[in-house]
Amino acid sequence: MKARRSLWSILGSIEGLPVVGVLLLLYAGFVITAPTVFTKPLIYMSFLQTVPPWLVLGLGLTLVITAGEIDLSFPAVVALSGFVFAYVFKHVPGPWAPWLGIVLALAAGALVGWTNGILIAKVGVPSIMATLAAQFFWYGITILIANGLQIDIGAVEKTAVHDLFTGRIFGIVPAQALWAAGLAALLWFILNRHKFGEAIMFIGDNPNVARVMGINVEATKIQLFTLMGVIAAFGGLLLTVEINVFFPNQGQGFLLLTMAAVFIGGTLISGGKGSVVGTFFGAYIIGSLQAGVVATGVTSYWVQSAMGLIIIAAVVINVLIGDGRIGPASARIRKWILPARAQSAAAGKTTDVPKGS
Amino acid sequence: MEYVLQMKNISKTFGEVAALHHVNFEVGTNEIVGLLGDNGAGKSTLVKIITGYHCPDPGGEIFWKQEKVSHLTVSKARDLGIEVVYQERALADLQSLWRNIFMGRELSNRLGVLDQRGMVRETRKLMSTAMGFTSSAVTPESTVGTFSGGERQGVAITRALYFEAELIILDEPTMGLSISETRKCLDFVDGIKQAGKSAIFIDHNIVHVYPVADRIVVLDRGTIAGQFQKGELKFDELIDRLTHLAQTGHLETNHPKAR
Repeated sequence: MKARRSLWSILGSIEGLPVVGVLLLLYAGFVITAPTVFTKPLIYMSFLQTVPPWLVLGLGLTLVITAGEIDLSFPAVVALSGFVFAYVFKHVPGPWAPWLGIVLALAAGALVGWTNGILIAKVGVPSIMATLAAQFFWYGITILIANGLQIDIGAVEKTAVHDLFTGRIFGIVPAQALWAAGLAALLWFILNRHKFGEAIMFIGDNPNVARVMGINVEATKIQLFTLMGVIAAFGGLLLTVEINVFFPNQGQGFLLLTMAAVFIGGTLISGGKGSVVGTFFGAYIIGSLQAGVVATGVTSYWVQSAMGLIIIAAVVINVLIGDGRIGPASARIRKWILPARAQSAAAGKTTDVPKGS
Repeated sequence: MEYVLQMKNISKTFGEVAALHHVNFEVGTNEIVGLLGDNGAGKSTLVKIITGYHCPDPGGEIFWKQEKVSHLTVSKARDLGIEVVYQERALADLQSLWRNIFMGRELSNRLGVLDQRGMVRETRKLMSTAMGFTSSAVTPESTVGTFSGGERQGVAITRALYFEAELIILDEPTMGLSISETRKCLDFVDGIKQAGKSAIFIDHNIVHVYPVADRIVVLDRGTIAGQFQKGELKFDELIDRLTHLAQTGHLETNHPKAR
């Protein structure tokens, strides 16, 4: 098999190609089954408007999962950053209030991510537990300080911030779609062409090998979770500015959509290999399903089952076409649950680990 | 003799378990030191202290070329010129060959942007010279998880060699290798000697250590049980001594005919 590169392996080496294929097939199917909706640009513009806030979350999560970790706290950051922005916008006078709101909202996201990183890298709490707790904690704090009330920020529509993040370019293309594409390009570069991204891949591949080869595993994890917090806050901003209102449970429901986008995109659940391009198109697959299924005229009760089918189909295609090897999920779950120090003692990926005597 | 590495009064305790007790260990310039010892003797712990992975207990001192090194870290050790070929090769299986060769020491600009082209070019050069990869199926982009045991060893050794190490530590390098691959590996240790560098060669198998080592250090239950210069002892005598050590916990070092 090694001697001759088959057509499949060449196709598989193009990042994200299988996912783009699934997306095109999906749209082709919709064009046939619901031509009145899917032959007009309006539906696509609506996808470009609704998908980016959580697509952005998926881009960050791709890096986290590539490092062999998980973050469940980002939906709470979407709420917290939305609150911080809305509160500052509403209560601070002056024309620069929205800009201050953005800075403080991103800082709040960084704070949440940084505390996650400290708990995970320094204290040794498995990321699934640390971020699960953080998700409850920060939602709770947000609801508490918001008094459980939504904040209407309709006036934001007249500000430059609104035009910058969610305006319509040439009157049609939502700006948030370009922000998401720009962030995808940046994170692709960081993951594939920068030392930080390489450290992420080595840590996800085998943290003990990374450590003996001089990679600062702890510092990289703290930076990574902080970055994830900032990205989640940015996603929260895109959402809040677009809909002109903060509501305390915003972001709920993003968690599973985002994870589905990441796994459809071909990122390995066991870490070490991640595809930013795959997540980008994976999010559009997930985001298009609901409207698409409804537009075909069948009952909307089909949406969830269709999503399940698409996820399985995409993952199977990733396995068949790429050289990616899906590690056993059990090994991954053990990795999330066992504390960092106990991992080297546990079975699983210890075959390449220098052992102590 | 000039020492490249000197370790004084090194102890290491893991919770209740003392892996090393007051060990004094040194490696001379251009000296090949064979480190022998049973499982649990403390060989790997000693190596991990030299490479900065473990920090010795307070009181232990490390000198590199007569200069005291405090707070040795993995990247500091590599900067000094200490390279390790780990027993398990320490490769990242899902990553490409070129990323593995440059792991932890990437060619990059000041902003941390990788010089991918440069690393791929260097890797391709090393493949044809040092690694001896002839198969056209292996490229710098191949993932190392698909390599055979000998190929993986080649990658690990080449990686140590490429960065011009002063002291190369080989942790059980012959484990899992075929006879011809073992031969190649021992030739490599000879090559270290010819190049004027130093090495620590750890192996269970005295047959491999004896011919290439200038000095043999025997570690037993966390202490240095004894050392022998090359030529001080015949091969058979050494084996007798080690057998005696395993049975009684005592290693005779002064007079060969004492028993």
